[in-house]
Formats: sequence, structure tokens, C-alpha cells
Amino acid sequence: MMAMVAPPPDSKTGVRELGSEGPGLPGAPALPAGRGGWGDSWGNRPGVPERRYYTGMLVLMAGVTMLFAAFTSAYIVRKGISDDWLPTAIPTLVWVNTAVLLASSLTVERARRLYGDTAAVARWWLATTILGVVFLLGQVVVWQQLAGAGIYLRTNPSSAFFYILTGAHGVHLLGGVAALVYWSRRLLQDRPPTRTVLNVTSIFWHFLDGLWVYLLLFILLWR
Amino acid sequence: MILAVTIWLITIVSTVLMVGKYWWFPEVASAHGGDLDRQFMLTLVVTGVVFILAQVGLGYAVARYRDGAGKVANYTHGSEKLEVIWTVATTVVFFAMVIPGQSIWADLYLAETPEDALRIEVTGQQFAWNIRYPGPDGEFGRLAPDLIDDEGGNPLGLDLSDTAAQDDLVLPIMAIPLGKPIELLLRSKDVTHAFSVRELRVKQDLVPGLLIPIQFTATRTGRFEIACAELCGLQHYNMRSFLEVLSEADFAQWLKDQAEE
Amino acid sequence: MAEEVQTHAAHHEAPSGWVRKYVFSTDHKVIGIQYYMLALFSVLVGVGLSVLIRLNLAWPGTEISILGTLFPEGAPGGIMTPEFYLAMLTMHGTIMVFFVLTTAPQGGFGNYFLPIQIGADDMAFPILNMLSFWVTFLALAVIMAAFFVEGGAPISGWTAYPPLSALGEIAGPGLGTGQSLWVVSIALFCVASLLGALNFITTTIDMRAKGLTMMRLPLTVWGWFVTAILGLLAFGVLLSAGVLLLLDRWAGTSFFIPGGLVVSDQAIDHTGGSPLLWQHLFWFFGHPEVYIAILPGMGAVSHILATFARKPVFGYNAMAFAIIAIGAVSFIVWGHHMFLSGMSPYTAIVFSLTTTAVAVPSAIKTFNWLGTLWGGRIQLTTAMLYALGFVSLFVSGGVTGLFLNQPAVDVYLHDTYFVVGHFHMIMGVAAIFGIFAATYYWFSKMFGRHLNEFWGKVHFWITFVGVYCIFMPMHNLGIGGQPRRYAELTAFDFLQPLVSLQQFISIAAFITAAAQIIFVANFVYSLFKGRVAEMNPWRATTIEWEVPSPPPHDNFGGKFPVVYRGPYEYSVPGAEEDFVPQTAPDARGSTG
Repeated sequence: MMAMVAPPPDSKTGVRELGSEGPGLPGAPALPAGRGGWGDSWGNRPGVPERRYYTGMLVLMAGVTMLFAAFTSAYIVRKGISDDWLPTAIPTLVWVNTAVLLASSLTVERARRLYGDTAAVARWWLATTILGVVFLLGQVVVWQQLAGAGIYLRTNPSSAFFYILTGAHGVHLLGGVAALVYWSRRLLQDRPPTRTVLNVTSIFWHFLDGLWVYLLLFILLWR
Repeated sequence: MILAVTIWLITIVSTVLMVGKYWWFPEVASAHGGDLDRQFMLTLVVTGVVFILAQVGLGYAVARYRDGAGKVANYTHGSEKLEVIWTVATTVVFFAMVIPGQSIWADLYLAETPEDALRIEVTGQQFAWNIRYPGPDGEFGRLAPDLIDDEGGNPLGLDLSDTAAQDDLVLPIMAIPLGKPIELLLRSKDVTHAFSVRELRVKQDLVPGLLIPIQFTATRTGRFEIACAELCGLQHYNMRSFLEVLSEADFAQWLKDQAEE
Repeated sequence: MAEEVQTHAAHHEAPSGWVRKYVFSTDHKVIGIQYYMLALFSVLVGVGLSVLIRLNLAWPGTEISILGTLFPEGAPGGIMTPEFYLAMLTMHGTIMVFFVLTTAPQGGFGNYFLPIQIGADDMAFPILNMLSFWVTFLALAVIMAAFFVEGGAPISGWTAYPPLSALGEIAGPGLGTGQSLWVVSIALFCVASLLGALNFITTTIDMRAKGLTMMRLPLTVWGWFVTAILGLLAFGVLLSAGVLLLLDRWAGTSFFIPGGLVVSDQAIDHTGGSPLLWQHLFWFFGHPEVYIAILPGMGAVSHILATFARKPVFGYNAMAFAIIAIGAVSFIVWGHHMFLSGMSPYTAIVFSLTTTAVAVPSAIKTFNWLGTLWGGRIQLTTAMLYALGFVSLFVSGGVTGLFLNQPAVDVYLHDTYFVVGHFHMIMGVAAIFGIFAATYYWFSKMFGRHLNEFWGKVHFWITFVGVYCIFMPMHNLGIGGQPRRYAELTAFDFLQPLVSLQQFISIAAFITAAAQIIFVANFVYSLFKGRVAEMNPWRATTIEWEVPSPPPHDNFGGKFPVVYRGPYEYSVPGAEEDFVPQTAPDARGSTG
């Protein structure tokens, strides 16, 4: 076939080569065969095979950000043009939920930093999972309280946006909780997640936490 | 070679279609329409030159550099000088064409409406045009959506308890006086429509929830078709009315006749 | 670390069992073919719909008995109803834009060739990749269902402007269940496209072979990469718009429905929404979408022109930057769809200028394509013919954009056939020509057999001349004032002189549509009986030509290619052959 996994070339004869600058050039030390094991032009060191999970997570967060950017832009526009906007009272429970979610960010960070100590990771990881579930249940209760007070999606544009923003955030958080639950089970079976899993999951979790703070501030400041 | 000739033929036919004006604009009937047509023609000439040069060049390259015995391709990765030249050239040409043209838009949409403009309200609905003249008092009367009754002859929900409403004239057709500035106030009862009259070079969406003003002055008498230009439902293709441009005297008479009916 | 490497070694094993191999496969090549086949099915439906559309435009109210048999409800007694026409029009636009132009170049060819061209054995996230396809499939199933529900398919156009699309059955036929299915399908499509985009971006960034720097990527990869970024940033916005529209329809909210509406004498119970909000969200997605359809085509055409001109791409860096520039600018031009929508006239001027800026990188691309051909040794294969056709159509469809980006000129041309001609030329047939070029070029790699070149050329000639006959005269219809989306052209006097031209277009359309049978027959025949393809039939330089046709499950047999040079080293002086593969360590082209 062709020169696959070629030895470093020793001949670079006369012809001009495009883009021969930059890292990841031929001539770099030979690497073990494996996916993604090669360096690339972004200056990543070789030997970090799980980079794509970080990249993927960054890309995912960019996409999710656009979704919420669109929702909040719609919020601003809809509020700006309308004569029917009545601010929706935010139930006190929201603050409790917020505290729970912020706490879960701390616990997941703790778990992440304890990588290597499986028992400790399991403890903090389970705590995060429980806090995540509590937050979601808390948000459901918030919805019930609003509905109990006669405030529904259709009541007012502000209430509609409250349901949409909390709902859309909740759906994403549910994804995060699913990951937490999955790895909790694995931890309990003494099959701990890799460092990459810990890192990427906690990045997403912090992101959801930050997203929530953003949404809450947004709702508070643009009443 | 066949490809080159085909591309050239297509270029020629396309050019002839544009230059020959077999299917073309109707004669213009508004003050701004002349400028609009001139801007169109300027754009046509500029883009036409680009179009012809590119297609002829493409055909030439294919014919000239066709593979053949003994031919060797030129090993080159490009030329920065050429890149700079054509980047600058296209930027200059395109913006030089587009920027001055904005004044026509500004005249149409950003200029103050003259004091003496005749104001007419146009309300779109599935699938009809309602044209309202304010009557002698020059004021549009109050509208109440719950009074709307298409079959009862009150498509706009004109509230006759308002004195300003009593002399309002609601018609299915429109007439305007020649040479007088006109301001149309566009609104919709249900979905988005668009008011368009080809001869006047006028087109504007009617958006429910918004009152959108447009202005123009007619420069030629005639009877023109009003068409809906934004998909509004089943009978979109049938949403038609007429706009008649009359001399001032004829217009005054027309308005009087309509009021009496 | 060691354990992490292990988990992925599992990917190298080919799955056993028919279902895992061909249905729920995680192999990017199988998924690519699945996407391609989905697009092929969709394009046949879409073309079929356009035939019905053309029939009604040219001969409205004519009794065509076969239609009555085929569509007893849509064409009772063989005469098409306006609702049938508008439903066909809506579905034609939606299916073509989403399930053909977005799906074939990116999901199809991108999936198949991006990993191979960058020397990876699969996408970064194969399971996610499979999920993207099946969600797309579900979206297609949902939109197809709209044909068969009570009231039929929606009639609000592919842009689904509210309030028309938000009010339900009362505003017109098909706007009940049919419209709901439409929104659900588009929302699903958004989710699938977001997952796909995530995969493409990550794969391009992190899975490139050793030595394959960004500026050594084939331009195809640049096209897919930037397209994926556009998709990532645009589809989320459309998804949000879809969610809000569904809530307006189902939950009684008023995002897009203003207060005080009276439809058919019935008051609507909504307050305060804005139809323009939808337009802003939709076109924020919609304009990048145009480039999502065409950028992969641009990449493929650059690739193919270089191959068959036997020359390096002229101005590679300029080409890559032009793709990036077009992608970046595409996010600040959406307002040019809305000059007459009632938004601020000041913003119109801003959008007009940003839109003009798109013309510059587009012109750069055209100049560089011509530069690539200049001084080349052009081999007119079918793939090359289609690539050249693309360039021609791209110019023809591009220049008319310079009319529509000027709000003053747009006052006359907006929503006329001039617009229809413009966008069909550029995002319709130019993009389709990109797909055809890629198909004739890569078919042998994908299926191990060649498409028949003779019938390919016949297909090209009819299609090339045909599309010009169809879409060029549409500009004249627009200049004559013909509005879009009219079910019949009978009601207006000014339309009558245009009918003859409409009939000409329809006849051209029927011939061109019929010629696609040649393609389908060629495709099916060649799958089984085509000339067997060797590894590198076009004597091309990029990595996909260094693996068997078709490539094995993990593309490289467990090894990984190393890249030594740029992607288009053709006719290198002093080299042994007129091409030097990217993977050849020796610049004279000796592959050892």
C-alpha cells in the first residue's frame, strides 16, 4: 500500500511544501499507534488521547449557549415590544434550588480533585448526584407552586419564558444527571471513571450551574 | 470545446434575455421609480460585465487548457499579488455600486412625510384589501376589533360612535391623485400580507400588530393592479384590487361619488 | 491513561451481524451512505413535487386525469386545488433545503470522507454519529407523515411565517396537524444537526493525522469544518424558534401572535406577540443555512478542479480564508431577507452593506477557481464537468445577489421570481451540482465500482442546459413582477404575458427532471455492475485515495497515515508522476 506509520523521513528534497510550518511535523518522535495520539497544529502535546472529549464538550457548550442566547434574545424582544408584560413573581424555593445547585458544583469539583481515591470520589460523586436530583425535583415543585397560584405558560409572556427557560435548563441538567447516575453506579461497582470522564462531566456540570445563574440573573434583571 | 461553446451560448442567451427586455418592468408611474430603475440598470451593467467576463473566462480556460499530448500543467500555488488585486477591485466596485444606491432607500423610507400628503389606510385580510380614506375631517376614526363583521359590511370594525369615524370611507379599491404625495398606513387583520403595485415600484409587508407607513408620489395616470406579495394562505394568488391614479379634479370627483354611494 | 486507550481500541473491531453493520452502524462510512441514501430518497420526492408545481404554474386549472387518480383529494377530477399546490410548494422547499441540501453534502460526503481525508479511523464520537442519522431519519418520517394527515401538508411555505403558521386550521388547510408535524420535524432535524456538527468539529480539531496541519487540510475538510461551525451556531436558534412556535400553537402562548387578530370574522385569543420575532430567529438560522448548503460544494469543487486540472489549487490560503470569511459574515446578514418586513429602515442599510461584503470572498473563490484552471491540463471527466458547471452556476446565481442586497432594488424584486431564480441557481442547483460532482468523483471509492462515464455525461449535458433554461428566465419573470407562491396565475392581468415563459420553464423542468432517471439508473446499475475501481483511479493526492475502494472498517487497517505535504501537489516538477500523495515521504512521489 503506502507509507503508513512511516519512519521519520530524512529526505525533504527541493520541492516547496505548503504549510510545512507548525507542530505535528514529520520528524517528531514516533508515537504509539492509537487514535488521536498525534499532535496537531493547535499546539497540543501528543500523548493526550482523550482531548476530543474536552473539545467535544466545549463545542457542545457553544451550541447550548446559542440555544439559550436565542431564547433570551427572544425574551428581550418580546418584552420590549409588548404592552401585556406582567412580571412573574419568583417563588422563594427557587433560591433554595439555586443554593442546592451551587453546592453540587462544589461537590463535583471535590470529586474531580480527588481522582485516584475511588472511595472519596464515590462519596462526593454520589453527593453531587443527589443534589442534582434534588435540584430537578425542586424545580418541578416550583412549577407546581406557580401552577397552584394560577400561573401557567399561557398566563403571561413573562411566565411563559419562566417555564421555557427553567424547562430548557432542566432538560440539559437531566442529561448531566444521567451521566452522574451512570458513573455513580459504576463507582459503586468499584469501576471508577477515568480522569477524562471526571473532568468533562464536571466541566458540563459547572457550565449548567453557570447557565442557571445567568438565567436567574437574567430573569431578575429584565423583569 | 463543446463545454466552452455551451457556456458561451448560455452567456449570450442570458445577456440577450436581459438586453432585449422581452419580459421587463412596466412603465414607471412614481417619482422614486425612475431612480430605482436606474439603480437596477447600473447593477445590471456592473454584474453583467462580471457575469460575462467570468463565463467567457471559464469557457476559454476549458478550451485552451484541455488535456492533450505533450501538455504540461503549470505548477503554481497562486499569486499573492493577484489575490490582493482582485480582492481590492471587487470590494471597491461592489461597494461603489451599492453605497450610493442607499439614497433611494433613504428617500423612500427615511424621509419625512410632506405635510400635505394624502393619508390612506390599507388593511389586508385573507383575502381582500380594505382601503380607508379619512373623509373631509382628515382624521381616521376609531376601530374596535369586536365590531368587525365582514358580511355585515364592516370589515375594519369601524366604531361609528366616534364622530371622526362617521365620514370615513372604506372601499375595496383605491384611487389617488396625480402628483400629490401619498402616505399609506399599512396594517393587517390576520396574517402577514404585502402591498405591491408594480408600476409604482412600491412593495411593503403588512404585519399584524404593526402600523407601517410608506410614501410615494404618482407621476402618471392609469389603472394598476394591487397584488399581495407575501404568502397569506389559500387565496393568496387571488388577493387583488385596483389602484387608479387620477388627475386631482377627477380624484376629487371620484371621492365624492364614492362617498355618496 | 492506558485504560483510556484500551476503551477505544474496541472501535477497531468490525461489528458482526447485519443490523449492527448496516442499520445501527457506528461506522462513519455506513452512516455517510445512509445519509446519502436518505438525501437521494428526499431529492426524488422533492423533484416529484416540483414537477407537480411546474404543471400547475404553466397550465392551471387544466384537467389531467392521472392526477385525479393519484391524488383524489389534492386534484379532484384531475384539477389541482390551490391548497394542494401550496402544500407541494411548502414540502418541496422544506425537503430540499433540509433533507437534501443540508444532508447530502455534509451528512453524506462529510461523514464518509472527512475522517478518511484527515487520516482518522472514524468520527470522534461514533455512537453520537449514529444517533444523528437516526434522529434525521425520524425527522424525515415525521415530515412525510404530514402528507397523510387530516388537512394535508402545511401551506405556509418553508419559512413558515407566523401568524399564518401559528394560528392553526382556521388560517387555512394543512395548518393544523400538518403544520405541527412540520415544526416537530424541523426541531428534530435541528437536534440531529447539532449532534452532527459537534462530531464534525471535534473530529477535525482532534483527529487529524500526524503532520496534517490546518493549512494542509483538503479544502473539502475546510468546507465541512466551517459548515459544521455554522450548523452548531445556527441550528440552536432555529430550535428555539421551533419550540416557541409549538408553544404558540399548543400551549396558548403569544410569542409570534399579536393581539387583536380577527381571522375569518373570528377573534383570536392572543396578545402582544411579534411576527417579526420569528423572522429574525428564522433568518438568523436561515442565512447561514444557505452557506451550510453550499460550502461543502465549494470545497468539493476546489478539490475536483485541482484533481482534473492536474494543478495545485490556486491560492489555497485565500480559498481557506474565503470559506471562513463567508461563514463568519453569514451571521450578520440575515436582515436582507427582511428589508420589507417592517423592521427599522436604518437596519436595512446596515444589512445591505454586510451582505455586499459576502460578495467579496465569493468573488475571491471564483477568481481562484479560474486561476486553478489556468495553465492546467484539464481532463473532462463527468465529475469535472459538474465541477465546472458548479463554477458557472455559482457565478450566475451569485451576481443576482447584488441586486437583492440593495433594499431599494429589493422593493421591486422582493418575493418575485427574481428571488426564486436567484436562490435556486445558487443554493439549489449550484449546490446540487456540487453533490453530483462529488458523487461522480467519489462513487468509486464508496462502492468500489465506477459510475458509467458515458451516461454520466449525458446526464450532465441535459441537466446543465436544463437548469439554465429553467432558472435563467425566472429572473425575467421577476422583472415582469411575477410574485412568488401564487397557486394560479389566472387572477391578474399583468401575469398573462408571462405565462408563455412559465410554460417554457415547465417544459424545460420536465425534461431536466426526466433526465434524473438516467442518474438513478446509472447509480443503481453501477452499484452492482459498474466497472471495478482501483484504489486511485483519478491519480489524486489526498488520503482517501491511498486506501482500498471501499475502505475497510477502520479505514487504515489499524495503522495511521502520516502527512508530509499540502493536499494538492499535482504536476510537481521533477516528481516521478504528475501527483504527489500527501502521505508520500519523498517529495518526488515515491511511495516506497
